[in-house]
Amino acid sequence: MSEFKRVGIIQGNEACAVAAIDAGVRFFAGYPITPSTEIAEMLAAELPKVGGRFIQMEDELGSMAALVGASFAGLKPMTATSGPGFSLMQENLGFAAMVEAPCVVVNVQRGGPSTGLPTKASQGDVMQAKWGSHGNYPIIALAPHTVREVYDATVMAVNFAEEYRTPVVLLLDEVIGHMRERVVLPMPEEIKVVNRKKPSEPPEFYKPYKHTEDYIPPMAIFGEGYRFLTTGLFHDEMGFPTSDDNEITKLVKRLHKKIYAHEEKIWRYEEFMTEDAEYLLIAYGSAARAAKEAVLLTRKEGKKVGLLRILTVWPFPAKIVRELANGKKAVLVCELNYGELVGEVERATKGLNVPVFFKGRWDGELLHPFEIRDFIKGV
Amino acid sequence: MAFDRTAHKYLRKNFKMPTIWCSGCGIGIILGSIFKALEDLNMTGDNTVFVGGIGCSSRIPFYVDFDALHTTHGRPIAFATGVKFAKPDLNVVVVAGDGDTAAIGGNHFIHACRRNIDITLIVINNKIYGMTGGQYSPTTKSGEKTTTSPYGHIERSFDISKLAAAAGATYVARSSVYHVTHLDKIIKEAFAHKGMSVVEIMSPCWTTHGRRNRFKTPVEMYKWLKDNMIPLNAWEKLPEDKRAGKIPYGVFVNKKDIPEYCEAYYEHIIKPNLNKKRRDFSEDIEAMKIKLEIKAKEGWHV
Repeated sequence: MSEFKRVGIIQGNEACAVAAIDAGVRFFAGYPITPSTEIAEMLAAELPKVGGRFIQMEDELGSMAALVGASFAGLKPMTATSGPGFSLMQENLGFAAMVEAPCVVVNVQRGGPSTGLPTKASQGDVMQAKWGSHGNYPIIALAPHTVREVYDATVMAVNFAEEYRTPVVLLLDEVIGHMRERVVLPMPEEIKVVNRKKPSEPPEFYKPYKHTEDYIPPMAIFGEGYRFLTTGLFHDEMGFPTSDDNEITKLVKRLHKKIYAHEEKIWRYEEFMTEDAEYLLIAYGSAARAAKEAVLLTRKEGKKVGLLRILTVWPFPAKIVRELANGKKAVLVCELNYGELVGEVERATKGLNVPVFFKGRWDGELLHPFEIRDFIKGV
Repeated sequence: MAFDRTAHKYLRKNFKMPTIWCSGCGIGIILGSIFKALEDLNMTGDNTVFVGGIGCSSRIPFYVDFDALHTTHGRPIAFATGVKFAKPDLNVVVVAGDGDTAAIGGNHFIHACRRNIDITLIVINNKIYGMTGGQYSPTTKSGEKTTTSPYGHIERSFDISKLAAAAGATYVARSSVYHVTHLDKIIKEAFAHKGMSVVEIMSPCWTTHGRRNRFKTPVEMYKWLKDNMIPLNAWEKLPEDKRAGKIPYGVFVNKKDIPEYCEAYYEHIIKPNLNKKRRDFSEDIEAMKIKLEIKAKEGWHV
């Protein structure tokens, strides 16, 4: 009998595409954009093998729209893009948040603003992932730091989307997307796959936007006889548009509670040598790789540094940051941008009397471990 | 047909009435024709989905007792593409206005036509942005006055039917809310058509358009449609110089030989590849060992 193992030297983008199919993604709509295109290319070839569907849309506006349509038609949808495309997707990403359509948007970040640096890495879209579309809505965003973790984070993103009926943003960057690493992937049957909650009541009693105890309304699918209405306008439990202030308050609160009441289950992070640390580094994605190395380098020189590596950037694990920062001599945040998540760290550590320092790079190059080491020395 | 009863049957239960449409608006007439066509074609089951964008016409999905998606401005065709492509056994009806279709959603419109995906697009062309109070749209005629062309409109207008035909839609027809029996017929044909079908319906907006352009009542606008819309065969015989200001109605395109997108995808992409081995970097351990043994024999360091 033959036994299969999944071993290879593969790209982050490839790991993402493999994980998507393993997690049950059966619909991809996208538009070519560097450095994310490998995900689309691979899924164009792979999805038909599992009965899934791939479509190259006319633009990112349409891609995001098709995702929501496919979500209501019952499939698990995904798209992949980069900065300029991510900007175009914001319109219907907000729509997806409003109508609570499970979907995954992979943003392989590149330098920006505008068309910026197509072939170089950046972490400049972290705030856009949270605040990109207009209005009040929460989001889940994950930023993995190795090819192997891209696999896990993709599965997690699809599962979170289904479990919490929400769009999920997977924040890769050019380095994570294009870098090849040797990985041992689990077999598809070994991973846990979550499917959205379906309504148990008959259609005549179904409320598509019911205020349930866990804040997540069960989701009916088009064509199953529920004949429900979905709109991007503020709506009541029936999905009917409303401008009633009570209904609006209830809906906005529920959309937020849906994520924040479950945030401790959504937070994923790694503590690296934090037990005895006097200084705390905070990083995520590709910057965390250099930060990890810098921790080791700095420790050799006798300074006790630990790293909090954040995978779940949204909802921001403020409680964890505060607990770990408490009593430290300083907190140092490393990002490939002009300073984005550092603001959240400052908020989380408010009143602790721990200074927060920032080391960033926004020129498309990675932070070098020596740069971070020297930076720590200077603190 | 005792139509009054059937209309109520297909209206969404408990939804706030009356409709938002002004008196004199043509959208109600179109909704009636849609219901008639659905009933005649036995399409009133759970498999029909309505998708709308933003605007007066796009409110239709609210009032119909079907699965419905009321989306963002210009994008209903893209949403509908997602719905249809993900679940091809659904009948997907998009209701959109001229702004939705030919301005902000122009790209989605032409590409859906090109793909020939089996969606019925009902474009309600009132030549104005009605819901926002009467700004000029891509189908506003030159010279007309709107709130954003107070001195007269200088741009030329789109011919939505021609655009759809040029972009490759396989069923294209135009009618108006005055020519109701013709409207009934072409909506039915469009629903029955396999592939991208586009029905452009001339429908007056007196509130934000007509009364600013010398129409004293909505009735005058309906009369204008009667006087100025000409059946396609008569239009074709009309000499060039007499065509100005007249609008032809009828079926412009009706092709049956172009493959439908979802069917083509299944036939050419899913069927030949289904259950083939995935490129998921999995390797048969036994096969890998044999490979390594051969390489070792050949003197490779493994």
